[in-house]
Amino acid sequence: MDNQPILETLELSRIVGGVAIVDRVTITVQRGDVLAVLGPSGAGKTSFLRLLNRLDEPTSGEVLVGGRDYREILPDKLRRSLGMVMQQPNLFPGTVADNISYGPAQRGEVMQTQEIEALLERVNLAGFLSRDVAHLSGGEAQRVSLARTLANNPQVLLLDEPTAALDDDSRQDIEDLVMEIIQAQGLTCVLVTHASSQALKMAGRALVMEQGRVIRTGSVAEVLDVDHTL
Amino acid sequence: MLTTLFENQLVLGAAQALAALAAAGLVVLVARWRAVHLWREMWVAMVRGLTQVVVVGLALVTIFNGPLWLGIPLLMLMMTAGGVIAARRVTGVPGMLRVTLVTISLSSGIVIIVMTLVGVIEKDLTSIIPIGSMLIAGSMNTATLALERFKSELESHTGQIEAGLSLGASARSVVEPYVRQAVQASLIPVGNSIRSLGIVWIPGLMAGMILSGVDPVYAAVYQFVLMVMIFCSSGLTALLCTALASRQVFTPADQLRVRQEIH
Repeated sequence: MDNQPILETLELSRIVGGVAIVDRVTITVQRGDVLAVLGPSGAGKTSFLRLLNRLDEPTSGEVLVGGRDYREILPDKLRRSLGMVMQQPNLFPGTVADNISYGPAQRGEVMQTQEIEALLERVNLAGFLSRDVAHLSGGEAQRVSLARTLANNPQVLLLDEPTAALDDDSRQDIEDLVMEIIQAQGLTCVLVTHASSQALKMAGRALVMEQGRVIRTGSVAEVLDVDHTL
Repeated sequence: MLTTLFENQLVLGAAQALAALAAAGLVVLVARWRAVHLWREMWVAMVRGLTQVVVVGLALVTIFNGPLWLGIPLLMLMMTAGGVIAARRVTGVPGMLRVTLVTISLSSGIVIIVMTLVGVIEKDLTSIIPIGSMLIAGSMNTATLALERFKSELESHTGQIEAGLSLGASARSVVEPYVRQAVQASLIPVGNSIRSLGIVWIPGLMAGMILSGVDPVYAAVYQFVLMVMIFCSSGLTALLCTALASRQVFTPADQLRVRQEIH
C-alpha cells in the first residue's frame, strides 16, 4: 500500500478543436516526489496541470489518485486534495484573512485567527491578517495564494509557474519558501515551469513536454543534461 | 407642421415616420463619427419594428373582437419571439435560447395568470394582450441585460472563478457574487421607471385612460400597478435566468464550460 503512487496518469489526453493539447501523457508521482514539468510556451504544461486538478475534462485516459480513478471522487474533495497555485494569484476582494479562510469555509469550517496567523507566518507574511489584498505587491499576493491553497491541507501541491509574473527577488523568495514548505511537510509537488534553473533547484524528477506530448523524462539532472547536448 | 400639411391620416403617419427616421439617421451619423457603427443594427431594427407594429395594429382590430382563448396562443407567440430575441443578444454561451424561453414564459406567464385571476388584469383580450405584451417585453429586456452582464462578469473574473473551484468551492458558490451583480444591474431600468413615474415619464397607458374619460386618480394608480407587475415579472426573470444560466455555464464536474467559448 505504501508503494502505491499518490498520483498517476495513464495515456491522458485532451483534444480541443481537433488539436491534442495534451497527448497521451503517462506519469507516476510517488509520495514526497517533486516533479518538474518543463517545456516551451504552448507545450501543454498548464493544460496538463489543469487536467490533474480536473478544471478541464480529459478527452481520454485516466488520472488515478492513490490508485483510485479521480472521476469517482467528488470534484470539490479532489481539488482540495490536489491543491493548485496558479500563475496569477487571483485573490478574492477582501482581506488576506478572507482569502486564507476561503477553502475551509467552503466545507463549513471556520478557521481560527491563530490558525490563519500561523499559516501567514509560514509564508513570511506575519501581521498581514487584516491587510486588504488590493494593496499587496505581486510577491505578497502570490504568498497569500500559496497560503490559501495550504489552508486546505492538500496531499499534492500543483504549482503552475507560480513565479512567472514576479520580479527576480520575489521569484527567489517564493522558490525558497516553497522548497521550505515542501521539505518541512514532505509534500508531493508537481511544478510547471519553463525555467530549467527552477527545476534544478526545486525538483527531483522532471519531464519535458512538446506539442502536448512527453518527449523526455528522468531525474532533473538527466533531463537537463540531455538538453545541453542538443 | 406636418399636421397642417397632411390631412389624410395614413399620409400623415408616413410623413411622421420619415421625420423620426431622419432624426435616427442623424444619430447614426454622429455615432459613426465617433467610430460606433449602428447603421446595420438600426436599419434592421427600424424596418422590423415598423413592419411588425403596422401588421399587429391591423390585426388587433380583429383580435380584440375574437374569443378569449385566442389570448393564450398570442401570448405564447410573443413569449417565444421574446426568448429568441433575448438569446440572440447573448452570444458565446451555450444553451441560452432554452434559458430565455423558459424564463420569459414562466415569469411573465405567472404574473399574467395570477393578476388576471385576482382581477388586476381584466379577463378581456383588450386588456390581456396589451398588458401581457408589456410584461413580456419587460422580461425580454431584463433577460438580455442580466445574461449580458453575467457573461461579461464571467469573462472578467475567469481567474477568480477557477481559483475558487480549485480551492474546493462549488460552482454555485463561486458565481454567486456575479449572479447578484447581474440581477441588480438588469433591474436598474425598471427601478428607474418606477422611481421617475409621473416626473420624468408620463406613461402612454395612463394618458390614454385619462383621455378616454377614466378617473385620473384611478388611471394613475393603475399605471403604478402595471409598473409593479412589470417589476414582478422582470424580477422573476432576472432571478430565474441567472440561476439557469449559472448551471448552464458549468459542467456536471463543476468545470467552467464557457472558458473555451469566451477566450
